[in-house]
Amino acid sequence: MSAAKSRLRNGLTVILQEVHTTPVTTFWIWYRVGSRHEHTGITGSSHWVEHMQFKGTKQYPADSADREISRTGGVWNAMTWIDWTTYYETMPADKIDLAIKLEADRMTNSLYNKKDVQSERTVIISERQGHENQPVFLLSEEIQAAAFRVHPYHHEVLGDKIDIESMTRSDLYKHYRTFYTPRNGIIVAVGDFKTSQMLKKIRAHFSGIPKGDKPSVFLRDEPPQRGERRVFVEGEGETAYLQTAFHAPAATEPDFFPMIVLDSILSGASSFNLFGSGISNKTSRLYRALVLKGLAADFSGSLAATVDPFLYSITCAVRTDRSIEQVETALNEEIERATNNPPTEEELLKAKKQARAMFAYSAESVTNLGFWYGFAEILDDYTWFTNYLDKLEAVTASDVHRVAQNVLKPNNRTTGHYIPNAGRAN
Amino acid sequence: MNMRALPGSEDIIRQTLPNGIIVIARENPQSPSVVVDAFIHAGSIYEKRSKAGLANYTASMLMRGTKNASFEEIYEKIEAVGTSLGVSSAVHTVGFGGKALPEDLNLLLETAADAVRNPIFPHDHLERMRAEILTGLAMRAHNTRVMASLAFYETLFGTDHPYGYSNSGYQESITSIARADLQDFHKQHYGPTGMIITIVGNVAANKAISLVESHFGDWTNNKQPDIAPAPTARTINCAENQHIHIPGKTQTDIVLGYVGPRRSDSDYQSIRIANSILGVFGMYGRLGKTVRKKHGLAYYSFSRADANFGPGTWRLIAGVDPTNVDTAIKVMLEEIDTLIIKLVSHKELDDNKSYILGSIPIQLETNEGIAGTLASMELYGLGMNYLQHLPKQIKGVSRQDVRKAAARLLDPATYVVTSAGP
Repeated sequence: MSAAKSRLRNGLTVILQEVHTTPVTTFWIWYRVGSRHEHTGITGSSHWVEHMQFKGTKQYPADSADREISRTGGVWNAMTWIDWTTYYETMPADKIDLAIKLEADRMTNSLYNKKDVQSERTVIISERQGHENQPVFLLSEEIQAAAFRVHPYHHEVLGDKIDIESMTRSDLYKHYRTFYTPRNGIIVAVGDFKTSQMLKKIRAHFSGIPKGDKPSVFLRDEPPQRGERRVFVEGEGETAYLQTAFHAPAATEPDFFPMIVLDSILSGASSFNLFGSGISNKTSRLYRALVLKGLAADFSGSLAATVDPFLYSITCAVRTDRSIEQVETALNEEIERATNNPPTEEELLKAKKQARAMFAYSAESVTNLGFWYGFAEILDDYTWFTNYLDKLEAVTASDVHRVAQNVLKPNNRTTGHYIPNAGRAN
Repeated sequence: MNMRALPGSEDIIRQTLPNGIIVIARENPQSPSVVVDAFIHAGSIYEKRSKAGLANYTASMLMRGTKNASFEEIYEKIEAVGTSLGVSSAVHTVGFGGKALPEDLNLLLETAADAVRNPIFPHDHLERMRAEILTGLAMRAHNTRVMASLAFYETLFGTDHPYGYSNSGYQESITSIARADLQDFHKQHYGPTGMIITIVGNVAANKAISLVESHFGDWTNNKQPDIAPAPTARTINCAENQHIHIPGKTQTDIVLGYVGPRRSDSDYQSIRIANSILGVFGMYGRLGKTVRKKHGLAYYSFSRADANFGPGTWRLIAGVDPTNVDTAIKVMLEEIDTLIIKLVSHKELDDNKSYILGSIPIQLETNEGIAGTLASMELYGLGMNYLQHLPKQIKGVSRQDVRKAAARLLDPATYVVTSAGP
């Protein structure tokens, strides 16, 4: 697997990889902007800007870009997360020029009509309401807010409702112009093309765009947590949920790779690739302790690869015939076990073999590869992805034990209970 | 597009084993993995209505212990090598399959064969699974999207119809299912009749077939009945609506729809294009434009025309602010009215045909995509050259065909609309 990375004079990073197995090419553009780059008052602006980027430019009015891409059979979409915003098109290879033109155009020329801002406001409120219908969203939002008192990871990507209601066209347009610049962007293309020709096309469309100023970001490090925090959310439903979250290392910290192994041992193997498929977690320690013991109906572990230290969280759906306290006690026993003793060699080998399989699956389609390269480049460098298995291979049982002791401490933990009202009105 | 490069009878190997199992294999030598996608005719259509959820419960117990391996041994074997294997159940069929590195394909097939052929339904797992299903049903009761959909099927087909009631069951039915019910259902309905298994990836097609033969070739079950005939649907004579009240929610989900096409419907491609225009093309078609973009009513609003062995469904779906429910329904009905009264434009027709054909190579980029496509080609009897013939079928659809197909199935005066929310 070999990718070519270059940088245009205006600072735009370009990563290209040829894959000739199918006549399909994927084109991605990543911007270093997400909820991490927002202060209160404009929370949710990165996500809203992403929506506005589909509202058209002079050259490609809203429906025309949609139509032209769809006509080719291609798919396009966008995602906003805490550290990044990304746009991609996966298309028949001979049609990919359209994606290059379109992304170059909307890096600077999006319209942000007042009317579109207004109608998108209700769409986003509706998107948020859809999430609020899910108990686990409500619980996670509170836990994140409690775990991050200072750092902007404290608010949801969707933003606080009050900000969605009050933000103006000029707030959004300013956010767009500040962060959507070549120096803040990364292009990734993977698929059926010749690297030299693709680079030429990218230069032709992007090199004329001014570099842009270095965005000034209002960023404050989270101070160390000095004791366990607890939150309670009451809401509709019959099912109680428990979520516990620990501050965890950032993707570039040496402890991150042992953390991946620890997560795999506790809650099963998973992939960071949003498009990757996972495997079951029925031999994981927490499945045995929580589900097999008949306490939780379901659980999941979540470790995110992030620019700044984020959270490692475990979420459990409590069985209707059990109490949330029973689940919490059992979970804490397993957490203690992981901090008291290193994992067995067998567990370590299993986690590594699972990671190899998951890695192979997640690198199968050009779209998945496009995700990987851009994601890795945002975190560090695209080699974060290409060296992934080697770094994982180097993890020892004592690394995992050390990281468990550092991360899974009670005073580094925020625990939340979702308490269902079981039909009683709120 | 070069349709010859797509999977077709020249590079798909299809073989019927002596016990009736149909094996379909296609090698994909560049891929680092191999995918298995299989179906057995043991879905909920074979269960009694009073035991709603029995087929699904049975399927979910297959990997909980067999004559040869305990639950722990089964999962240790597959998870240790990063193989996925899952079972899911639908109305007509139970599906099983997964993904493995090429060297682990034998392990995947061996584990799958043992699970579907030799489950023992251990008592402790049976009760744990029951509790998990019941918790799942309790969660479902508070999920607006799922409840709107469940109410839609119940209303459209009727709560006793195999397409109408929930195949995960209900609290009463799940509580009443005994171990003997699961054992009997398995004994009776799991067998090679009608079974299809598709294998795509980095394995030679002949080798894939011989592996299937070694694990499933000697499987027989003389109790297994013939494949169940597809049911028919009732006629909807008026606008029927139902609201599921779930207090405390901030969004209401809406499903408005109709009885849809069978997969064998001769108008199938016209319906598919009509639906694409209505609620798919370019971020959700006309519905996306009106409900989401023009009125800003919803984060999502789209439509689906799902074909089945029997009558399918044609659904318009949206999630909206509770105060906007009536407006959203009104806009949906206006779109239906327009679709059946006015011919779609030449441009729209051309765009949507181009979209459907252009998306084929993208859909077939992965082993999962190819396996899923080949499996449904077999399941619905479309023939192994279906993809080669598809362009001609799509290109042959006229504006009149689209209107006719829409008018046959849609009607702004008689429909079912269900909603769930506060």
